[in-house]
Amino acid sequence: MKLVTVAGPPSSGKTSVILRLAEELAKDGLRLGVIKFDCLSSEDEHRYAKAGIPVKLGLAGGLCPDHFFVANIEEGVQWGHRSGFDLLICESAGLCNRCSPHIRDVLAVCVVDNLSGVHTPAKIGPMLKTADVVVITKGDVVSQAEREVFAFRVKQVNPRAAVLPVNGLTGQGSLMVQRQLRSAPETQALEGVRLRFSMPAALCSYCLGETRIGPDCQIGNIKTMDFS
Amino acid sequence: MTDLDLLHTPISDLLLKHPYAKDFFTLLGLPSTSCHTTVKVFFDSLDQDHIENLGLVRDELCSRLHDFIVQMEKLKTGKAPTLQSITLCGGRNKDGHPENISLELRPGDVVSVVGPTGSGKSRLLADVECLAQGDTPSGRRVLLDGQPPDESLWLGGEQRLVAQLSQNMNFVMDVSVREFLTLHAESRLVDDIDAAVTQIFSTAVLLAGEPFTLDTPVTALSGGQSRALMIADVACLSASPIVLIDEIENAGVDRRQALDLLVKQEKIVLLATHDPLLALLGQRRLVIRNGGIADIIDTSDSERTLLRKLNSFDRKFSELRDRVRHGQRLDFDLDVFLAECLSPAEQGQLE
Repeated sequence: MKLVTVAGPPSSGKTSVILRLAEELAKDGLRLGVIKFDCLSSEDEHRYAKAGIPVKLGLAGGLCPDHFFVANIEEGVQWGHRSGFDLLICESAGLCNRCSPHIRDVLAVCVVDNLSGVHTPAKIGPMLKTADVVVITKGDVVSQAEREVFAFRVKQVNPRAAVLPVNGLTGQGSLMVQRQLRSAPETQALEGVRLRFSMPAALCSYCLGETRIGPDCQIGNIKTMDFS
Repeated sequence: MTDLDLLHTPISDLLLKHPYAKDFFTLLGLPSTSCHTTVKVFFDSLDQDHIENLGLVRDELCSRLHDFIVQMEKLKTGKAPTLQSITLCGGRNKDGHPENISLELRPGDVVSVVGPTGSGKSRLLADVECLAQGDTPSGRRVLLDGQPPDESLWLGGEQRLVAQLSQNMNFVMDVSVREFLTLHAESRLVDDIDAAVTQIFSTAVLLAGEPFTLDTPVTALSGGQSRALMIADVACLSASPIVLIDEIENAGVDRRQALDLLVKQEKIVLLATHDPLLALLGQRRLVIRNGGIADIIDTSDSERTLLRKLNSFDRKFSELRDRVRHGQRLDFDLDVFLAECLSPAEQGQLE
């Protein structure tokens, strides 16, 4: 089974892109499953179910979604094997720009959209910089020049990635991404496999439910700004 | 250049040879004063936290810089291969009937694509855009200069075959025309940015008819001005050899002149349209039916003559629009008004 991680900022079009890909892959008889990681709630589960795609939804709630993801992905892969999928797509919303869900030897896709502005690529961290494929959506509503500038800025921060425009509504451009998915490496299990980049650190009193403000209440991994 | 050579190069020397590498160092937060140190000294001076916050690993900085330079060299204006021809080899329609065509497109060709909604126009354009190799539902194949495309160049997205212009496209950046064109020219790694900006701007003003300035915010341009700027920009700055035009409104931009400009810039123009004024501007029309190319019609001389008449009607219609715009009444004899546009005098003037 091939595993693919798909990550990107909220509302960048991850689910739409995956659904357009799924339509084409299903025509070739490929069995596809999706694990959707989100924070508080997600309607996307229903979008997948409606398209006839087996889906598991995981809500991180009060936890860092990245940490929640990495704690569950191995079990998810085993679910994929048991279900007999050819391809398991793991979709996670990059809620902070420091998100880092990509795994070594697993095809990593990052979805960003043209409407987020030309300065956005430089602001997104490992989620974009360590991806193998960067999908750029919403190109149908901006000018050609803006599309070219945006793609260039993505190339600047991740010169290694294939940068592919896809229209999440019509599926235009998704063939190039399909080719990348088809050549993705196989994943048997993830135990012992490493993340491509360390996840955002999370170990302070606020992680454990502290709500009071003040230095006396801050214990653990604390970083302070310089206001001098 | 090996990674080791790269590490021991002073940054100032590197920037002299590869000016665009400035962006790499700026993204890492290089203060302009430290340009005289070598790449290695600069990398070593970076704080571990800072590198991590950028989502990078110290050991990979050098290979990233190397990849960055390789990638930017590929994107450099003028480095893109100039195509002599693009060949579309027919596949099959939705019923599996073969198309039996081989369509060769050369720079300067203008081809209209016609067919009802859902007939497969988008499929055709998608096949061209993704360089189909028999692996799309249509089974079509696209050849560049008669050969299957070089995967490393085209399939990774470094080069895009198709630039697109459609009625739905808007400017979303909050910048002036000058800043907008500068950004685009920078991303195309153009050497003389000011010259490129001036050239595109003056071309756009000619196309638009109504003047605007370099300091006008792009979001404040009228529909016609925006379209004119987009067309001039695609013609002069986009690296893509094919320009796909998905309808252009008839008001506010000289479409004939726009096409001439694209042809002069050696673009292959595909026009998806139902507007006879636009469709007849093409040398050929691809008729799409049931997912396949059902026919290729060459624009005939009598159609060209008809187009001239249609254009004179169209000018009359613009006159009516102008009258409405200026608060006038339209109470006149329509037959007289239209007869005038087909008068022998006007016909002669058009010839």
